[in-house]
Amino acid sequence: MNFGHLDLNTTWFILIGVLFTGYAMLDGFDLGVGALHLFTKKDEHRRLMLNAIGPVWDGNEVWLVTGGGALFAAFPNVYATVFSGFYFAFVLLLVALIFRAVAIEFRSKQPMGWWRQMWDVGFAGGSILSSLLIGIAMGNIAWGVPIDERGEFAGTFLDLLRPYPLLVGVTTVALFMMHGAIYAVMKTEGELHAQLRGWIKNCMIFFIICYAVTTMATLLYVPHMAARVRANPWLFSVALVNMLAIANIPREIHHGRDGRAFVSSCVAMMALMGLFGLEMFPNLVLSNPEFAHSLTIYNAASSTKTLGIMLTIAIIGVPIVLAYTVSIYWIFRGKVKLDRMSY
Amino acid sequence: MDVLTLSRIQFAATISFHYIYPPLSIGLGVMLVIFEALWLKTKNPLYHQLARFWTRIFALTFAIGVATGIVMEFEFGTNWASYSRYVGDVFGSALAAEGIFAFFLESGFLAILLFGWDKVGRKLHFFATCMVCLGAHFSAIWIVVANSWMQTPAGFHIVGEGIKARAEITDFWAMVFNPSSMDRLFHTLCGAWQAGAFLVVSVSAWYLLKQRHLSFARASLRVGLVVSLIASLLQLVSGHDSAVGVAKNQPAKLAAFEGLYDTTTNAPLTLFGWVDENSETIRGGLAIPGLLSWLTHGDANKPVLGLREFKPEDRPPVNFPFQLYHGMVAIGFGMIAMAALGFLYFWRGSLFEKRWMLWLLVLSVLGPQLANQWGWFAAEVGRQPWIVYGLMRTSAGLSAVVKAEAVLGSLILFTVIYLLLFAVFVYLLNDKIQHGPDDADLTPTGKLALPFKA
Repeated sequence: MNFGHLDLNTTWFILIGVLFTGYAMLDGFDLGVGALHLFTKKDEHRRLMLNAIGPVWDGNEVWLVTGGGALFAAFPNVYATVFSGFYFAFVLLLVALIFRAVAIEFRSKQPMGWWRQMWDVGFAGGSILSSLLIGIAMGNIAWGVPIDERGEFAGTFLDLLRPYPLLVGVTTVALFMMHGAIYAVMKTEGELHAQLRGWIKNCMIFFIICYAVTTMATLLYVPHMAARVRANPWLFSVALVNMLAIANIPREIHHGRDGRAFVSSCVAMMALMGLFGLEMFPNLVLSNPEFAHSLTIYNAASSTKTLGIMLTIAIIGVPIVLAYTVSIYWIFRGKVKLDRMSY
Repeated sequence: MDVLTLSRIQFAATISFHYIYPPLSIGLGVMLVIFEALWLKTKNPLYHQLARFWTRIFALTFAIGVATGIVMEFEFGTNWASYSRYVGDVFGSALAAEGIFAFFLESGFLAILLFGWDKVGRKLHFFATCMVCLGAHFSAIWIVVANSWMQTPAGFHIVGEGIKARAEITDFWAMVFNPSSMDRLFHTLCGAWQAGAFLVVSVSAWYLLKQRHLSFARASLRVGLVVSLIASLLQLVSGHDSAVGVAKNQPAKLAAFEGLYDTTTNAPLTLFGWVDENSETIRGGLAIPGLLSWLTHGDANKPVLGLREFKPEDRPPVNFPFQLYHGMVAIGFGMIAMAALGFLYFWRGSLFEKRWMLWLLVLSVLGPQLANQWGWFAAEVGRQPWIVYGLMRTSAGLSAVVKAEAVLGSLILFTVIYLLLFAVFVYLLNDKIQHGPDDADLTPTGKLALPFKA
């Protein structure tokens, strides 16, 4: 393996990977619930969907805010190049996230049908658009984007919408929908629960098709994304874990073990992100066609001093965050019930 | 318009809209802690009703605050990429610390504050409320530290040259406790406490005027008036300290705030006026001789630097920050007067007959909002032409690859969305206020209803 020794830059590459994986696993399910929202027709069912994520979605989104902050601090050149280069995509992502957040809060505040429908559309649209854009950004980073010798993005908005990134975008939507459906099944009971159980199957089929197509496309058209696994065959075990975790989901659902299906889905996401990170390392943004202009964990990083300070912050902060995140999920465990304080 | 102007307008528009909400979250957070503490102490269910009602208002302001807050973080990268490269090493750490220490704390315990009423016991709920309030204060700390570093950079050195040059941390604590951060943090927090307390005062006074929810409104108003009086008096102290700091650390900014062109001893304090930037004079003003020197140095015979000491290209705009700064100070004194008078009448028991005073208190909610906005505009425009004071010009901080049309497009998009959000916010806030406190909240339910242990 050519990972070298575990220096600060590598550590931060891993930590940012951990933050974004945490984001995918956590906000992934509430984005997925959002994408499924309009398929539920009854107001009561929609309320159950919203309240299933009610106490936690806001904390989940903080993983993105903190991941962004960490990227800014650890690799400012990546932050600057990607955000300014993907300008319009990020503005759209912001709009989607804003609509989604306020829709959750606003919907329950008035009883009128048109009012609720309006925010339902905002919630679902915002969730789907956010997932799609996050996937497109990942797809572009995997494919590589044109970067000039100053390290600036040298393409246009339309360059970002090529077939491969779009495919990754749709796959991300499918993945989050499946993840969200499993979470919703876990949190509901009765009629809605039975309905969602049927949807999981459809979500699985949708995801597996997308996943297979993306994998083929990656192997055929993005050879650099498979190079490291080819060079280090034991890394194929990560891909194997990913496939086994995905295959395990329908099995667990069939036996009614929803919690274990959710864990499987999380493991699949971790393995996917792990593969992505392994293939990218030590690059953070691939430059295509000029590979020499790629932004790496060395040429895009902050000073060692700052990376060290940030590591101290992370070592103090992360355990505290994990402790109360776990406690809060524990307090709100079990099936969701509507009460006076609900959305 | 060029990309610089558009980018500045967009940042100003998105952050000033955002900044309607965080002070309310911080200030109402303190009020919620007080209401719940009073409930736990006195066991009077009225305070439980107060806590529940104000939690609903808090949830509304918090949601929009969160939704609009992430925009600025992204804008550093999208619109100010060169700035991000230049300061990432320093500024980014403060931003990441804000995420880890503040936002997770706030959002995590918010779940219990909003949805945990029937799920956890009284003490744990009170603890969660305290943590949300603390998280809101932490977020103020880190973002004010980051902004203060842009005003008075410290604890760094410059590495590299030309477009490769950037600031790197040499001393983390010197960066955190840079010369202006603590004064400005205290000033910001006082403004936030005022925003929360005066909202409580305003809504309670309105109920009293309309003869509705009287016992609720009296209890709410009493706490609101006490907090707003304390916060307004503290604000006087912190405002003075901040101004002295500006005089010492950013003399060009202070000269702009005061419309002072000539360096002079016995410098006058202009109470109001119109600065003519072409002739470099103040028109129709009223000034008290020597007061500015005395306020900044404690000695009227000491000199205060004027704008002519600075090259024209290093001077900020003058009349705009001058007017906003003076407006902020005037409102600040108005807030003290209003809180003191309200408190006095309340204490004497004559407040409820004085309808004019109640109306004034209803309107008082606008005071902190305007003063917070104007103060920040004065502080940020007064820093110009620098994005990092003395180190990097605002024009040098832009993204190299973003065109004016793109910024214009996003600016229009944000404007439309924010106008819509603001309309919905006002509509829902009004709806919640009209609906008033819930009588069912006088009887706690769930674990909260368990009898108090003696």
